[in-house]
Amino acid sequence: MLSSQIKSNEIVFGSCNKDLLEEIIFYGIGLGADFVEIFIENTDNSSVLAEEDFITSVSPSFGRGAGIRIFKGKKDGFVSTNDLTKHGLMRSVSQAIEMLDITNTKRELFNGLNKHRDYSLSKKKWINEVPSINEISEKLLVSTKSLKKNNKIITRKGSYSRNLQEVIIASSDGTYVSDIRLHQTVGLNVIASDAQYRSSGSRRFGSSGMPNEFRLWDHEKAANDVFESSMNMLYADYVDAGQMPVVLANKFGGVIFHEACGHLLETTQIERGTTPFENKLNEKIAHESVTAIDEGKSEGSFGSLSVDDEGMEPEKSVLIKDGILKKFISDRAGELRTGHKRTGSGRRQNYSFAAASRMRNTYIAKGEHSKEDLINSISEGLYCKSMGGGSVGATGQFNFAVEEGYLIKNGKLTSPVKGATLIGEAKEVMPKISMCGNDLELAPGFCGSISGSVNVTVGQPHIKVDSITVGGR
Amino acid sequence: MNSREITTQISKAADFLNLKKWDYGASFSNDYSVQVDKGEAKQLKASQKQILTIRVWNQFNLVGITTTSDISESGIKKALKQANIASDFGNKNESTEFSPLAKDPIKVKEVKKRNPVGIKKLLTVLREAEVKLLESHESIKSVPYNGLSESFFERVYANSEGAFRSYSKSQAALYLYARAEEKNKKPRSSGSVKLGYGADDIDIESCIKEASNKTISHLNYSSIKTDKYLICFSPESFLTIINAFSSMFNARSILDGVSLSNKNSIGEQLSTEALNIYDDGLHEKNISSSPFDGEGTPTKRLCLINRGRIENFIHSESTARIFKTTPTGHAGLGSKVSVSPDWIVVEKSDENFDLKTSLDHSTYEGEFVYIEELNAIHAGVRASQGSFSLPFDGWLYKNGKKISIESATVAGDIKYLLKNIVNIESSQEVTTSGISPHIWVDELSITGDA
Repeated sequence: MLSSQIKSNEIVFGSCNKDLLEEIIFYGIGLGADFVEIFIENTDNSSVLAEEDFITSVSPSFGRGAGIRIFKGKKDGFVSTNDLTKHGLMRSVSQAIEMLDITNTKRELFNGLNKHRDYSLSKKKWINEVPSINEISEKLLVSTKSLKKNNKIITRKGSYSRNLQEVIIASSDGTYVSDIRLHQTVGLNVIASDAQYRSSGSRRFGSSGMPNEFRLWDHEKAANDVFESSMNMLYADYVDAGQMPVVLANKFGGVIFHEACGHLLETTQIERGTTPFENKLNEKIAHESVTAIDEGKSEGSFGSLSVDDEGMEPEKSVLIKDGILKKFISDRAGELRTGHKRTGSGRRQNYSFAAASRMRNTYIAKGEHSKEDLINSISEGLYCKSMGGGSVGATGQFNFAVEEGYLIKNGKLTSPVKGATLIGEAKEVMPKISMCGNDLELAPGFCGSISGSVNVTVGQPHIKVDSITVGGR
Repeated sequence: MNSREITTQISKAADFLNLKKWDYGASFSNDYSVQVDKGEAKQLKASQKQILTIRVWNQFNLVGITTTSDISESGIKKALKQANIASDFGNKNESTEFSPLAKDPIKVKEVKKRNPVGIKKLLTVLREAEVKLLESHESIKSVPYNGLSESFFERVYANSEGAFRSYSKSQAALYLYARAEEKNKKPRSSGSVKLGYGADDIDIESCIKEASNKTISHLNYSSIKTDKYLICFSPESFLTIINAFSSMFNARSILDGVSLSNKNSIGEQLSTEALNIYDDGLHEKNISSSPFDGEGTPTKRLCLINRGRIENFIHSESTARIFKTTPTGHAGLGSKVSVSPDWIVVEKSDENFDLKTSLDHSTYEGEFVYIEELNAIHAGVRASQGSFSLPFDGWLYKNGKKISIESATVAGDIKYLLKNIVNIESSQEVTTSGISPHIWVDELSITGDA
């Protein structure tokens, strides 16, 4: 018997919930909503922490909830709840309708849900394929042991987290999809100390949809990399502040483009009037050597999706082509309020957030130069091998910490320096990216914004910025 | 289920699973929030949330934990089972016990019960606030970041030895961040946040006025020359930096090797003798106060720095046991129990004879940089190394004039900063994260692009 034929008064994961979902949507439309969207999730997460040579924390968690969004005109009301019964969901719809002050108005049509698009079919086995806590613990302990390379390393940590999210998305435009998402991350970090000197080193790796990925992770290489970085920086002097050319390394170096420019290309920024690029479509906003892409399709990348949180398959969006602005990153509300077509970028941390236009895998495309070409072209400057976090202010000013930096003198890398911060504004820095390397690589990260923290990938080849303010001492 | 029923349900399920020792922390909340855009409702939001964290101890006294939002009978059973499985991986090197203070009396502040004012009222209030802010100055073109919210929640802690604590409260918040634009100038933005026990308690007019004044005051800006400057930290910015380096007083961080302090640092002279710092979660001005921590330990006032010397560390149950002291009410329930400060209070001590009292932010006529607000704390602070490099909003005072600083960072070392405090002004100001006077520090590096 088809499960859709079973009348249920509660959402049941793994079953067809079409009748119940249609009933809820009909209810919302009947009350005068222009649009009704239901997002339901079931999560099964766990994390493990190894410190020195011991497992010090194992944290499983699970949960379920629904987010219901109602649009009336360009306004929207969003209600989240842990109550997945018919009564609970209808109560949430009523609450959203009441918030929007919808009274008797023109009724939209709802012709029922489309055929179920089930992206989860091949993914149901993932829960049994991911590594067990035992397996994770063993590998993390081997990893932290690998970090113990000399007596200057005073703390060693390895951490792993796995998020398995099962989602059902249904809306009054007929959208009806299910999916299962799997994200795994593993990180290593150390603190090194010698007399008054201290340094730290960290690296994080991540994947989506690849249950076996943690087993394949090269922990020795990662440990060597982290150790080397902390040792290189242990006795480093503070950098002298000033304006100078910089070379930003590939992989996580892309965080600057993500933060400083990528966010300004999200339609939420147009809605707020906080992007300088609002009216610059098809205009030059960057150096002609820059082509930038945001996509959700790269297999296994941390920001990849089969379907976004509004039920749309992600597209590959060329944001900037040869320096010309070509596209904004848009979600349903963004399309409604700004006119920019949806790009499959409606994303949220979980059911308690309404989706918003968010980046996925965002990177600057590779160019033609080698890393050495970039460094050789600078007589005095800074090489930023590893970037820390950063932020962008309300007026577009950004700042980023350089975790591992080296001075460039006469085209060569020289001494390591610490305490550097890169400061600037996207619209001023983008035209100064004059050279792009041929070594594009991606790195995973977490991006916090209006709809919570989401998994993303940042990336770029090595790039040269002709001049930027470097904060130091 | 209410909190007593949940406790009973957990107790029954634990008996059924033969789990003798357990505790749990839970929170239940109803939140309402609105945002507006030029008079129109933008997003209206309501949420009902429940989170339950259960710990169980196995036969070897190892602890396992699980967190869930499913507080049904089956959800509770599943959580207990998962926690029991996780206890196989419990930390053998650092045991966890119930707090010895989990049944001690708690001090609950008497606050009049607030009821939800409702989304419509929140929306009306926020719309009016936005209009007033936009009308306050012709250069203010939008209020891109705004919100008014109210939250009603209950926190619970209980354990298998009969400890039970429950606490209900409400909180409301208003934030207004304005954006000002003038021809041929860069846009400038600033704002204000106000808290209250309920939406009706929030001082909306002062939030509007503060957001407007701060934004306007940054309209005339200039870049600053990279150099070392005499700095005056606003109460808010000084509290930001103290909170960012609170691992200096944190016993968990000390045990983990990520603090600048060590077990023997009690008594270490960190600063001028004129400086006192307390953690005072129950302070009458702390809207976000809670009478107990994640392990059920009562919250209390604790002196962290007395006359410039480290006086106490903040503790959880396990760190207190290791340090041979008592828990201080700063624990967060987790597989590895976290420790964090509640509400920092900075004061001038009686030993303040060496201060340069002529340094007063409202009267001093010499050159100095006033740091109003520090930004990007997560990126620019290396707590384990003691260094910071942070962008800030502020002004350069020079030749009797005050000019907003366009874009700059302040960098230094926390121990150097504390040692170089040259004045602690007398009057304290209440902020959302604590109380502090203005603090003056000599010779900190500022990077600008002039």
